[in-house]
Amino acid sequence: MEDLINIAISTLAGTVRVSTPLILCAMAGLFSERSGIIDISLEGKMLAAAFVAAGVAYVTGSAWVGLGGGILIAVGLSLLHGFACITHNGNHVVSGVAINILVSGLTVVLGVVWFHQGGQTPTLPQEARFLPIHFPLAETLSEIPVIGPFYAKVISGHNLLVYLAFALVAVTSWVVYKTRFGLRLRAVGENPNAVDTAGISVTFLRYRAVMICGILTGIAGTYLSVAQNASFVREMSAGQGYIALAAMIFGKWRPVPAMLACLMFGFLDAVSIRLQGVVLPGIGEVPVQFIQALPYILTVVLLAGFIGKAIAPKAIGVPYVKER
Amino acid sequence: MKAIKYAAGAAAVMFAVASAQAGDFKPAVVFDMGGKFDKSFNEGVYNGVERFKSEAGTKYREFEVTNETQREQAIRKMAQRGSNPVLGIGFAQGPAIEKVATEFPDTNFAIIDMVVDKPNVQSIVFKEHEGSFLVGVLAAMASKSGKVGFVGGMDIPLIRKFACGFAQGAKHANADVEVIQNMTGSTPSAWNDPGRGAELTKGQFDRGVDVVFAAAGGTGIGVYQAAADAGKYAIGVDSNQNHLHPGTMLTSMLKRVDVAAYNVFKSSSEGKFVPGMNVLGLAEGGVGWALDEHNEKLISAEMKAAVDQAEADIIAGKIVVQDYMSDNKCDY
Repeated sequence: MEDLINIAISTLAGTVRVSTPLILCAMAGLFSERSGIIDISLEGKMLAAAFVAAGVAYVTGSAWVGLGGGILIAVGLSLLHGFACITHNGNHVVSGVAINILVSGLTVVLGVVWFHQGGQTPTLPQEARFLPIHFPLAETLSEIPVIGPFYAKVISGHNLLVYLAFALVAVTSWVVYKTRFGLRLRAVGENPNAVDTAGISVTFLRYRAVMICGILTGIAGTYLSVAQNASFVREMSAGQGYIALAAMIFGKWRPVPAMLACLMFGFLDAVSIRLQGVVLPGIGEVPVQFIQALPYILTVVLLAGFIGKAIAPKAIGVPYVKER
Repeated sequence: MKAIKYAAGAAAVMFAVASAQAGDFKPAVVFDMGGKFDKSFNEGVYNGVERFKSEAGTKYREFEVTNETQREQAIRKMAQRGSNPVLGIGFAQGPAIEKVATEFPDTNFAIIDMVVDKPNVQSIVFKEHEGSFLVGVLAAMASKSGKVGFVGGMDIPLIRKFACGFAQGAKHANADVEVIQNMTGSTPSAWNDPGRGAELTKGQFDRGVDVVFAAAGGTGIGVYQAAADAGKYAIGVDSNQNHLHPGTMLTSMLKRVDVAAYNVFKSSSEGKFVPGMNVLGLAEGGVGWALDEHNEKLISAEMKAAVDQAEADIIAGKIVVQDYMSDNKCDY
């Protein structure tokens, strides 16, 4: 029994760690897509930010400067995406895919030239990373069964960016639903004509949305290389940008449901990691292959059965051209 | 030291002249998905061929495969351009080598970690289970909790062979030890996923493991980092990885792919390339464990004595380590 509780708690702690980049990316995608800009390049922006953050943190010895570098490059790529899609009315998907391919190649090439480790960046010293924060009383309370370990491992003991990610969900929710900017953001994704008629610049609004998207993917990328790991490894985003995009659609372009979808993906991933080789009471040892297929099976089941129709913002992917 | 360098330099010059006269000797190597700087398997090969290059003064062609479809193309391209021998790295290149070796019967091929039965191919395989046995002994003796962990890369028989040897060694040193095993995934991306490697390792630590052995290519970097963060021991693989985190890297299980790669080029340059099987175990110095200035404080005299004894017993045949790949079973 105690073993089972231990596994449950370490699974939840793993869920929090694995979900963090997904949540940040899902919020990033939400800002962009709510304004009408499809963003398939979450993956590429996150990867670029991971690379730059690790490189900058190594050179300067500061995780914070690394974070700044990661955000800058991601915002830069967002502006590139915006320049193609907003200013020049290009196809959003094509521009996004182009960014993904560009980043996937460029990070490795530049990594080889700058660091001579085959596209990896040198391992960061502890001072140049975001390290786990231990909350007060975590040690003392850990004696209490269930609640103690839960507090010590699931609530406490993560790095700053994890807490930032969850805080940003609340901020996103507030911005999108409670502020004037949020109202306009949602309107421009549904009906840009109406926004334009009201005398608000569609172009400027959308540029601001993709810049916020860049900031958030920048934090996500920094998390991968400076907090969760201690170096950049090629292709280290490993498709998480796409999963975040799927989670956002799962959550129907709303912040809290999108976060829950991210937590679900993270949980399934953490379960598949912890359950390998564990003997479950009454079931026995579950084959590795089944565990690894579990997230995909559940995704299909949930998509087919429980998630209703997901309706995208109406003007998504449509370039806005003023009538003349 | 200087004298040796000069001698080697002189030999290199002479050799360059000789080889220029003898026609052109153009070796080639095709690295696999981890890339030549994976600090592990591919990097070992890179070190071996670089040593050959600096000693013999002969340049080699190289290619780093970045997706599965490139293997056959890269190997064929090397053969078409007149490279000889062509060295393929990793089990996954087996089918490609087999196909291209049939198309170019006059070119010599060599492959590490796979058996390809062709008259112009040398297949180099290692007794990884013997080297893993030795680090298993060390792991069990270093563990205070009586639980040791294994993190594999892609779930293939070769990696299970590492796991099985490790488990046998651990049980040999301490019959009560518990071995917890995890595989990163079942696709080639499992060789390059340090985030997942770190999560698997944290999961094992939560279950009481305090020494973890990773045979997972680039994924291992995440495993060693997680161990260093938690202040627990990790064991490296293929190349000597002790320097990555001095103080928490207990040792590394060595697989001398560098020597194997060097020997392929060296013997070919002397016209002594031998096709067929080439099995390298403890007795041949093909596998082993690493002891250097980074981990000498972690290895007690008692541990060293035990592992030396085990090594002698394996070479003498007193201990027979079960090879997972011989019958796809592990009884430990």
